[in-house]
This record gives sequence, structure tokens and C-alpha cells, in this order.
Amino acid sequence: MSAAGGRALSAPLMGRDGEPTLFELSEPGRSSWQLRTTGVPDWSEDELIPSGHRRTGPVPLAEVSERDLVAHFTRLSHRQFSVDLGAYPLGSCTMKYNPKVCDTVAALPGLAGVHPAAPASTVQGWLALVVELEEALCAVTGMAAATFQPAAGAAGELTGLLLMRAYHESRRETRRRVLIPDSAHGTNPASVTLGGFQVTTVPSDARGCVDMEALRAALDTDVAGIMLTNPNTLGLFEEDIAAIADAVHEVGGLLYYDGANLNAILGVVRPGDMGFDIVHLNLHKTFATPHGGGGPGAGPVAVSERLVDFLPGPRPVRLGTGEGSPEGGRPDGAGEGRPAHAGPPGAARYGWATPARSIGRVHSWHGNALVLARALTYIRVHGGDGLRRVAERAVLNANWLRVRLAGSYDVPFDRPCMHEVVLAAASLKRRTGVRALDVAKRLLEEGFHAPTVYFPLVVDEALMVEPTETESLQTLEALATAFERIAAEADEEGGLEAAHAAPRTTPVGRVDEARAARTLVPTYDARP
Amino acid sequence: MADYLPHTETEVGAMLAFLGLGSAEELFAAVPAALRLAGGLAMAPGEPEPDVLAHMESLADANRAHRLVCFAGAGAYDHEVPPVVRALAGRSEFVTAYTPYQPEVAQGVLQAVFEFQTMAARLAGLPVANASLYDGASALVEAVNLGTTAAGRQTVWVSAGVHPHWRHCLATFSRGSGHQVVEVPLEGGVTRWPDEPGEPVGPGAEPPGVLVVGYPNYLGCLEDLDAARRLADAHGALMVVAADPVAAGILRSPGDAGADVVVGEGQPFGTALGFGGPYLGLFCCTLAQVRRLPGRLVGETVDVQGRRAYVTTLRAREQDIRRERATSNVCTNQTLMAVTAAVQLGWLGTAGLAEVALRCARGTRYLREAVVAVDGVELLTGDAPVVRELALRTPVPAATVVERMATEGYLAGVALDALTGADGDGSVTADDAAHGLLVAVTERRTRAELDGYVAALDKAVRS
Repeated sequence: MSAAGGRALSAPLMGRDGEPTLFELSEPGRSSWQLRTTGVPDWSEDELIPSGHRRTGPVPLAEVSERDLVAHFTRLSHRQFSVDLGAYPLGSCTMKYNPKVCDTVAALPGLAGVHPAAPASTVQGWLALVVELEEALCAVTGMAAATFQPAAGAAGELTGLLLMRAYHESRRETRRRVLIPDSAHGTNPASVTLGGFQVTTVPSDARGCVDMEALRAALDTDVAGIMLTNPNTLGLFEEDIAAIADAVHEVGGLLYYDGANLNAILGVVRPGDMGFDIVHLNLHKTFATPHGGGGPGAGPVAVSERLVDFLPGPRPVRLGTGEGSPEGGRPDGAGEGRPAHAGPPGAARYGWATPARSIGRVHSWHGNALVLARALTYIRVHGGDGLRRVAERAVLNANWLRVRLAGSYDVPFDRPCMHEVVLAAASLKRRTGVRALDVAKRLLEEGFHAPTVYFPLVVDEALMVEPTETESLQTLEALATAFERIAAEADEEGGLEAAHAAPRTTPVGRVDEARAARTLVPTYDARP
Repeated sequence: MADYLPHTETEVGAMLAFLGLGSAEELFAAVPAALRLAGGLAMAPGEPEPDVLAHMESLADANRAHRLVCFAGAGAYDHEVPPVVRALAGRSEFVTAYTPYQPEVAQGVLQAVFEFQTMAARLAGLPVANASLYDGASALVEAVNLGTTAAGRQTVWVSAGVHPHWRHCLATFSRGSGHQVVEVPLEGGVTRWPDEPGEPVGPGAEPPGVLVVGYPNYLGCLEDLDAARRLADAHGALMVVAADPVAAGILRSPGDAGADVVVGEGQPFGTALGFGGPYLGLFCCTLAQVRRLPGRLVGETVDVQGRRAYVTTLRAREQDIRRERATSNVCTNQTLMAVTAAVQLGWLGTAGLAEVALRCARGTRYLREAVVAVDGVELLTGDAPVVRELALRTPVPAATVVERMATEGYLAGVALDALTGADGDGSVTADDAAHGLLVAVTERRTRAELDGYVAALDKAVRS
């Protein structure tokens, strides 16, 4: 068998010293900036800015040479794990390989160089791109239309909840509660509060799914809707989803689909067919746009027919279909919303439209557009058949790990999982004292990124593993072997101490998080 | 078959056998058969990468805006982004990492964000900056959420000089949060605050818990921050300043003027125009508000051996721990743009940032002096001092001017009605919105381009 491509133990992390901050590399009078020659008269600051508004001195930044700048950030990059370096089985985060062609697309001057307020006649390619992506995502989700303004999943959630609010208000109904399973991501309840609703938590049953009894007991006409992740955060498909949808719809509530785990069901089942009314997608998970160390993401929201009129506006639309266009909006009368001017004959024409009962704008402009271009590229390379294969391989990989590791770790819900498997270190901890956190830190020493730990909250000592479809069997073998070795070593003499000492091979060892919070140093200037 | 999946068919067969399954379809046994998609997705089959790249290039070629000399701004600016910044910010270690949940293997991103926070805080004149929010609008919304919580009052006075799109976002999200947003109109390009602290703004308005002002405001004018601070103090309100981070290179810092929170759009620091995103929401505040801070914050600490290390901190504010009582729902932010800003500000340095701001002001002055010679063109905000952006009034509708100048090779600016809507708002009347043209001049605009712009404008307003 060939070697594991996803194991990063050969990465040459040089030396044991820390990297100085840019401010410590600074030398007064040194510089790297170069600006173009403009020929514009060099009026002084005094001539340009009224005295009461002028700074007393320049903003103190670092003063470094270009050579030092490059060395500094290159060395910082060497202190950073990434998908490009090795396997990143971080549950719920879908850290799959990010195709390089998408970088090329996102850097095309015809996309990257476009000002967001340029008139529609000059951005026909961008409008066509967004409309094409909308059609693709509607095909994947079984929805009628989508907004691309939300910049991340949580922004999509809040947008969805405001859509829910607007829908109920349009029917002159005041509904105050939104149901959320106890296994949900933290963004769900936080978004519910910001949406002006109250959270009602629905417990999971012994199978790890929504407890139908508890759900029915919680449902009444005060319920605006339910937010579900399916497969849920335990990596399990909510098999009762049709019954859940019926029950929620029966009291007049709406179903919100948190798309964090959509990767598992691409081409297999669509949220729309499960009965969902509102869906957000995480393009930075399912559609392989890189996460940038914490963002940017993109959290488009797709909705069923009855909610299209409430979508944020303005939206890119195809023009020329006249009244009753499938996009269901009126062409805007101003600026970016102005209908496109006539282009060459036969060319597809696109413009902007604001839905009749739009909740309004949720982004400064049109959302994280360059992320959208990457996602469309990824989707076109895969096509409908390839996306289905993505789901199959993701689920195959997760189940392979589940079966392989069942002898070394607890599998709290030991039945076929979807794209991720939630293991637990509860027995290991009872037996050896080694906790989920220690397992995570040991895995770093083994050349892998750690899984998500202590989530979902309903599992004690949770280790949430999502290998994704882009890791090979050889990498899974190596990852499983590492997991097994960690468990076996925990049982040995001195195993607990060794686990506590991990990670020993990384640029820094375990960090003192309590001190960071107790003695807050949020900037270089706050250092003691 | 064109994709990025490593499995050979032999391996797939072996893995299925390991699981005791006969086919891939059986992996989805938990999905009720009645719900499963018959016949696959209604989408074209996959295409080889080169074909897809050609398609994406054809979409890019169908745009024209990037080939025009850019005089558009309104929060998105055509600043110099040197090759060194593109190269460093594009390093795949930064690009393909996730949120730094394991600090031992994420010191690169964590330290870069720490350096970003330091520079953002220095710009704002405040001690704390977070790791980023989505964009300027989301930073404003979060600032208002913080301010109303801190003040214990839901009423917010927002200057009509704050970017119209940001105000639109605030209105959208206020439907959920319950804020009462009162727009305070402009007069002569700057906010006309109530003369007396007790004077109501709009019928029946309560005293504000938060007051928001732009600096400079979206029309390019310099607001009186001291007056805003006095008014905020009179009401016990927090003062939020929506500041342009480039102009901050030569302007008095909002923190010096007593701002409690400073928000801004960080796109000018190394991020592409990109049709509006991904951009960078800047958020800075006082130490008094740090426990209400939205989103992530990186702090310095030590590792077990006492070595300097960085970690996300004050985590108890955040959604994954505090859930429905979190200070914000933000999780994924715009870290890569924050890292990019750290690199760009590192490249500019102390002198470079001041120089960029100064050159913007010079170009704006040059245009302002030249443009009044064009027959029928006036300065919309009269004599009010402007720094890096100015609003013109054109004799024909500004949208027409923009279309006409596009055929001459210029992106002439942003028609004000594209921002405010056709009816105008508290910043401009409907007529001024239709005839108002917001023009930005960055350090990249040459004298020849400025002269060409004025000539093209002269032609565009005549016909």
C-alpha cells in the first residue's frame, strides 16, 4: 500500500524559537512601500485638512523592509497547519481539499477587479455568474431561489430567521419561539436571539435524533419554526424528518435547514424534498472554498416558493422575461438596481431586482462574491454526478473510520453514520485519565490536525471526526493507526503523563488559555 | 470522471466490503427511500478543469467595469495592492487553514491576527480590536448591538452621513433586535444634530442609547466629533464612529475624540474590489466594552514552557459556549482579509499609510478644483472640507453620466440614488440623489487620468 498523503510529519518546522512580532522587527526610517508616480501637485497636509481634524502625528505602524516583511509572514505561515499540509479531520468543518483552479478563478482581473457599485451594463459577467450559481444551488437543495448576501453560515441563519419573521408577520401572526435540538451548533441559538425569538431546546432521544415525543409537546401556534441540521451534528440522518416536517407545518411553523452538513447528502436527498422551507449553505464547507484561517466563508440562503418575495435585495436576475418572471421581483429603478442597458443582440442580459416584500439588505454589497466564483468553479468541475460521488466518498470514509476505531474508542451511537462520526474518549478517560483534549493534542504529534472536541455537547468527551471525501484510504489507515496508538499508549505505564505533555513537536506546547483571559493582552501595546 | 477524489474503484470496493455493504447506495440506508432523489441532480455532468476555467474566463470577460479607470468608492476603493502583499496573503498555509481551534498548530494565523488587531487599534485610537467581522455594515450592526446592551436603551441615533447600505442593514437587523433607529439628517454635508440635548429627533423619539456618526461621512465630509461626543454624554449614550481607515492616516483618531466603538470597512488594506466581497469589517472598542465584544479576539499568553504564544481569548462571550446569550452569533469571520490587512499595513508602514492618505487628499483636491470648471457641475456639499471622496451635482442624472463615461473608459463614480434609492434619504433629497455623483480619488489616480476624467465629464454632461 502506498504512503499516506495526509500525514504531515515531514513538514520542516524550523527551530524552536518564536517569531518576533512585526513591531519588534521595525527600525525607524526603514520602509518597503512604493507608490506610482502621479504628477498630482504635492499640497501639504496643512493646505488640505482643517487643523482641528488633523492627526498630531502619523499612526505608528511597523517600519520594515520588503525582505523582512516577506521573511516574517513566510515564517508565520510555517507555524500554521492547513489542508494543503495534511489531513484536517475537524468535525463539522468539512475541511476538504480546496482545488487550486479556484484560486486562479478568484484572481481573474475580470472578477477581482470589478467595483461592486459599477452599473449593471458593465458587470454582466458577474450577474450571470451569480444567477448560474443560484440555479445550481437550487438544484442541489430543491429550493426556488437564493440570496447570496450572507457572508457566512451564521449570517445566513440570521437572514433565514428574519425571513421567517417576515413571513409570519405577512400573515398577521406573532410567533415567539424557535425550536432547536440540543445537539445544534451554537450559532443556531445565538441567531435565534438576534432574530428576536426565544429558544426552545428539544432533547435528543437514545438514537441521537430529535425526540419526537418532546418535539410534539413543544409544538404550538407560538412556534415560528425549527432549525435542524440533517445529518445532525452527531453525523446521523434524522430518519423521522418527514414526520418532523409534517408536525411543524401542521402548527404553521417553518423548517430551517442548517447546511453545515450538506456534504453528506449531495445528490442523495434534497432539503426541499425533506420539507424544509429555508436552507443556508456553507460554501466554505460543502463547495470547497478555502476557509482562510477563520473566514471568509459564504452563507447563501435558498428558500421555497412561498418565501421568495421576502428575500434580501437587490438580487441578480435574468431580465427580459417580463411580468411574472420566475425570479419574482420587480426590476429596481435606481443605480445597481437599474435594469441593464441593451447589450449586443442575442446576449443574455442580467440586472438587479428587489423582491416585493424584501426584508432588506444584509450585506454592504452583494455578499462574498469571489467565494461564489470559486464555488461555481467547483460545482462545474464535479457536475451532478460528481457531487453525488462527493457525498458517497465522504460517507464511505467516515463509516470506515467508525468501524475501524470502534475497538479503541467509544462510539456513542453505533450505527451507520453519514459524513462524520462522533467518537468519545469517556471510557478511555475513566480507565486512564486521558481525555478527549489529550487525544487531540497527541494527534497533532502524529502529524494530523485534531478532530473537533467536546462537541456536540450531548456527548461526554466527544471526538468529532470528519475525514471528508478527499482523504485517501492510505491517509485513513494512518489516521486510524495514530488514533489506536494514542489509546494503546494511554494504557501504558506513564501514559497519562505523556498525553498531558502533548504536543511536544509543534511550534508551541499547550498554551495557557486561562492566563490569556485573566491578563488580557489583545494588542502588542498592551503587553506588560 | 473529473474530480479531486483519491479513491480507486478497487479501494471503494474493499472499503464497502469492510463495512459489509454491497453498494454505495447502501451507505444511505438511513435516508427514507421515499425522500431519495431519483435520477440524480438536475445538473450538467462534470467537466474537466480546463473547460471550466475557460467558462469562468468567459464570464470574467463579459464584465467591463475592471477595464475602466476607477473613480468609484463608497466604501470600496481601488488602492495599490503590491505583488508582495498578494504573494504573502495568498500563501496556502493562511488560505487553507480553519479557525484556530488548536493554537499549537495555528500560531501563524493567530500571530498575524494579533498584529492586525494591534494596527487596527492604533488606527482607531482605541485599545482593543477584534479579529474581524464580515464587512463595514456588519461591524456597524454589531456596534449598535453592543452599544444598546451597554446603555440599556434601544434607541439609536444614526447620522444620515453613515453609508446608506450600512443603514439599510441596520434597519434589516433591527427588526429582529428591536432597536429603534432614528436617522439624523445632514445639512450642508454634515449631520444636523439637535441644537439642545433634550430636543427630540423625530416625533416621540426616546433619548438615544447609541449615537452613530461617520468620519468622514459617506459624502466625504468631516463631521464634528466633539459635538457628537458632547451630545452622547448629554444622553449617557455610547458613541460609535464609522471611520474610513485610510483617511484615518491623516485625520484625528476617533478614539482621541472619545469614541466608544470605531467600525469601518477594511477593504482598502490589500483586498480586491471583488464585486463587493469578501471584505473586512473593522471593529475596535474601549477596554470597558471588551466583554461585550462580538466575534473572535486573539490574545497573547505563554505555553507550558513559558514561550510567548497566542490564542483566541475571552471565549465565554462567543456563540459556541454562551449559545442564546452570546454577544453575537458570528463564528466564521474574515480572518484571511485581516491577515491581508496586516501584510498591507506592514508594507505601508508608518510613513506609507500617511502618504497614501495624503495622496488621496491631494487627488481629491485636484479633482475638486478642476471639476467646478465643467459647465453645470457643482459641489453637492458646497464648501465643506472633503478628504478622499466628494459628491458632485451633475446637470443630467448621475446614472446617465456613469453610463456615458463608461463608454469613454471611466468608472465615473457612484450615482447617489444607487445608494439611497430613488427617494433619497436624510442625506440627500430625491433630486440630489438623482443628480448626485460620488467620486473617489485614490493614490493610484494620475494627473493624466484626472484631466481625462474632467474632459470626459464635460462631454457627458453636455449631450
